[in-house]
Amino acid sequence: MQLKHLIRSFAVAGLALAAIVPAHAEKTVLNVYTALETDQLKAYQQSFNNAYPDIEIKWTRDSTGIITAKLLAEKAKPVADVIMGVAASSMVVFDREKMLQPYAPANLKALNPRFRSTGMTPTWVGMDVWGAAICYNVAEMQKQGLPRIESWKDLLKPEFKGKIVMPNPNSSGTGFLDVTAWLQMFGEKGGWDYMDKLHENIAVYTHSGSKPCVMAGAGEFPVGIAFEYRANVVRSKGAPIDIIFPKEGLGWDMESIAIVHGTPQLEAAKKLADWATTREANELYAKNFAVVAMPGIATRLKYVPNDYEQRLVKNDFQWMAKNRDAILAEWQQRYSTKSEPKKK
Amino acid sequence: MKVAGLSTLPPGRRATVSERLGGPLLLLAAVALAIFLLLPLGALLLGAVRDDAGAFSLARFAEFAATPGMATAVWNTLWVAVVVTAITVPLAFVYAYAIERACLPLRGLWRIVGLSALLGPSLVGAIAFIQWFGTQGVLKAWLGETSVYGPVGIVMATVYASFPHALMILVVALATADGRLYEAADALSASRWRKFVTVTLPGARYGLISAALVVFAYSVSEFGIPKVIGGNFPVLAVEIYVQVVGQHNFGRGAVVALLLLLPVLLAFAIDWWVQRRQQAGLSARAVPYRPRPDWRRDLPLLFYCLLLAMAMLGILGMAAYTSLVRFWPYNLELSLDHYIYGLAEAGVLDAWLNSLRIAGLTALFGTPFVFFTAWLLEKGQGGPTGLRPLVRALAALPMGVPGLVLGIGYILFFNAPDNPLNGLYQTLAIMVIANIVHYYTACHLTALTALKGIDREFEAVSASLKVSPFVTLWRVTLPVCLPAVLEIARYLFINAMTTVSALVFLYSPTTLPASVAILNLDEAGELGPAAAMATLIVLTSTAISLLYSFVTHLLFRRHQAWRQGQR
Repeated sequence: MQLKHLIRSFAVAGLALAAIVPAHAEKTVLNVYTALETDQLKAYQQSFNNAYPDIEIKWTRDSTGIITAKLLAEKAKPVADVIMGVAASSMVVFDREKMLQPYAPANLKALNPRFRSTGMTPTWVGMDVWGAAICYNVAEMQKQGLPRIESWKDLLKPEFKGKIVMPNPNSSGTGFLDVTAWLQMFGEKGGWDYMDKLHENIAVYTHSGSKPCVMAGAGEFPVGIAFEYRANVVRSKGAPIDIIFPKEGLGWDMESIAIVHGTPQLEAAKKLADWATTREANELYAKNFAVVAMPGIATRLKYVPNDYEQRLVKNDFQWMAKNRDAILAEWQQRYSTKSEPKKK
Repeated sequence: MKVAGLSTLPPGRRATVSERLGGPLLLLAAVALAIFLLLPLGALLLGAVRDDAGAFSLARFAEFAATPGMATAVWNTLWVAVVVTAITVPLAFVYAYAIERACLPLRGLWRIVGLSALLGPSLVGAIAFIQWFGTQGVLKAWLGETSVYGPVGIVMATVYASFPHALMILVVALATADGRLYEAADALSASRWRKFVTVTLPGARYGLISAALVVFAYSVSEFGIPKVIGGNFPVLAVEIYVQVVGQHNFGRGAVVALLLLLPVLLAFAIDWWVQRRQQAGLSARAVPYRPRPDWRRDLPLLFYCLLLAMAMLGILGMAAYTSLVRFWPYNLELSLDHYIYGLAEAGVLDAWLNSLRIAGLTALFGTPFVFFTAWLLEKGQGGPTGLRPLVRALAALPMGVPGLVLGIGYILFFNAPDNPLNGLYQTLAIMVIANIVHYYTACHLTALTALKGIDREFEAVSASLKVSPFVTLWRVTLPVCLPAVLEIARYLFINAMTTVSALVFLYSPTTLPASVAILNLDEAGELGPAAAMATLIVLTSTAISLLYSFVTHLLFRRHQAWRQGQR
């Protein structure tokens, strides 16, 4: 009897636990999948709701890789109505899978023509640019007596052996944009030569694009090949890092927005896409990113130089998409087979 | 002695209705496992034998074999798993032995500390190992010139993380023993060592083998640890991550996932083989073994527990310390800022409540399902031929399936437009189910280990007394197995509190679990808040564990008096 009693009280306790959180009210909502940071989402949502108070955005937020994998897995019956703040390189994949609804947002003409997919009616539209940067831990630089860094070539100095982290291009879009930038800047042969030498100095290839700067910030490895948004955030958190934009040029990708093909909320989705191209929205992007889709918006990031846009390499997205598999296979061939950590 | 699988009915009596229910009920459990495990896995794994156009093709296997470095990855995966198993199982066995077979003070405490690796998200271990042994690590010198990023780090972190899984099974395996065997050994004045080798080890054989299988499979399929601390040391589980999340190539991911199932098949074969030879440890005439204080045994064991406990607490402690300093390692001023930021600004509070709900429901529904299914399998009878091996195989399968694979499989299967179970997708229920399935194997083996300790004669006697087997389950089996049942519930709860891998694909905007929120904080470079929120989860799980200890204590006093030898 005691036992029965006990099990019953367990069940009651469990159900009570389940009831702690009140059920969320179900409304007609816009499901938006995003890789944007949580603090950005709040600002965007607020501004959007000022214009369209009747639409409730429900965010599903995760890293670019996870969100992209989730969207592809849900392809047969999409849950998302809109994809926002996801890399253009992922959008190209969705486009190829015919998952996107072509739509020309109201303000399209006001945007820089580079910030949209090709074709009559764009399937995706760019919001802002995120590009490469190096996080250099100055505390460790002084402690270990390391040389200054101004260019990509500086990273080849023997003093940096085992001191550099970069994202693995096979698992991270940030890693891939570094590799493509080097190949486009230094030429096919020069690019691989550069990476061969760089490989000698790399301590670890991470599986996340954010980790290298985070690790550099914590002094785990003094140099992290990263991107400027994350670098800016890590520095603002108090990490003793310098953010370096190598002079040869920087790889980059675009955060972009697209409507999911077949969404039942097409009208609401169009409103969000319209809002995303307004001046107001671009001004919000400019608080986090140095280069945004609308020309002439003043951006002033504390740790990013004003001529940032001029430093970006000429990116050929078509070339990147077409050669993606071949480049990654070559990279895998060269750098992942002899992959014991080189520290002796 | 009876062999498992034979009828317990006395000759010449027909099975009653309730006895005949066993078969159909087991069938029902098998169907549930098929729907929530086999079919979702199939939805993903079929991609391995399809080309881009969807036609049957083995090209992906050829492609995989030709990928540079894959042979290395296979070899690395295997040898790391062997080393991890060879370290973890003996460590956990001695620890379990100290808890169950020695007279140590504060048994409950050692037990909770032993499970401590489960209390926090796996991220806690990764953060702590890097901070102890990384470039800035306090104990970096211990590793000499070797970097923690690589096999050394993977082995250390995996041993730490898999220890509680082995401990849970071994504690149950050592919990019951027949005191008469030890009395007989004493009467024959057998040496301490001889008693250990001829009585203790054989009695725990099934538990030992199960624990080894679970640890081996854990090491093979775990990708979180090598992803964070593995450096450039390629292993297969990370390869799945690279294929699925990095390159969005589900087909190739499926090929690797299939490869990871091979060790599980092997494990299943071994399990099946052992199964046929295992005899019940606790016969109906058994007298429960009760250890008597003996300082020559107890003192070294106490010292051993203390040493291991310190190591394990050191790992949790490092995460707690990180959560309290302003910016590790450059600003070591203490503050509670990270807690305030995490709860208020990053919105982890809601996520924490979600996690509590998910974990509570997982334990509430998972425990009875696992135990009842194991009971039907072990003690029940009837049902079509081949059903029992099938259920056994289904129960062993989850340990070889990385959560990532399960998560994508769930999306592909449950989100398919023509699936009638479509409505489950994006609900809390599907997350609860995914958790139960993901952690099924260790729970199943724990239940089985406990059930195997009980002589089938109990069933035979009740059958001849025309007592329904369900009454025997309620009156005899369940009370005897209660420690195991509680152990399973606790295991499910704390794992559900901390798991990331399957859930990261299954949460909806309203069901974000805390473990995923913490992972995202860490990704974003918010190491302090991530550590703070992880510490909160550890505290939650600890509180639940303490509650369990208290309940177990009460139950032992009220219902387990037989263990104390009172008649």
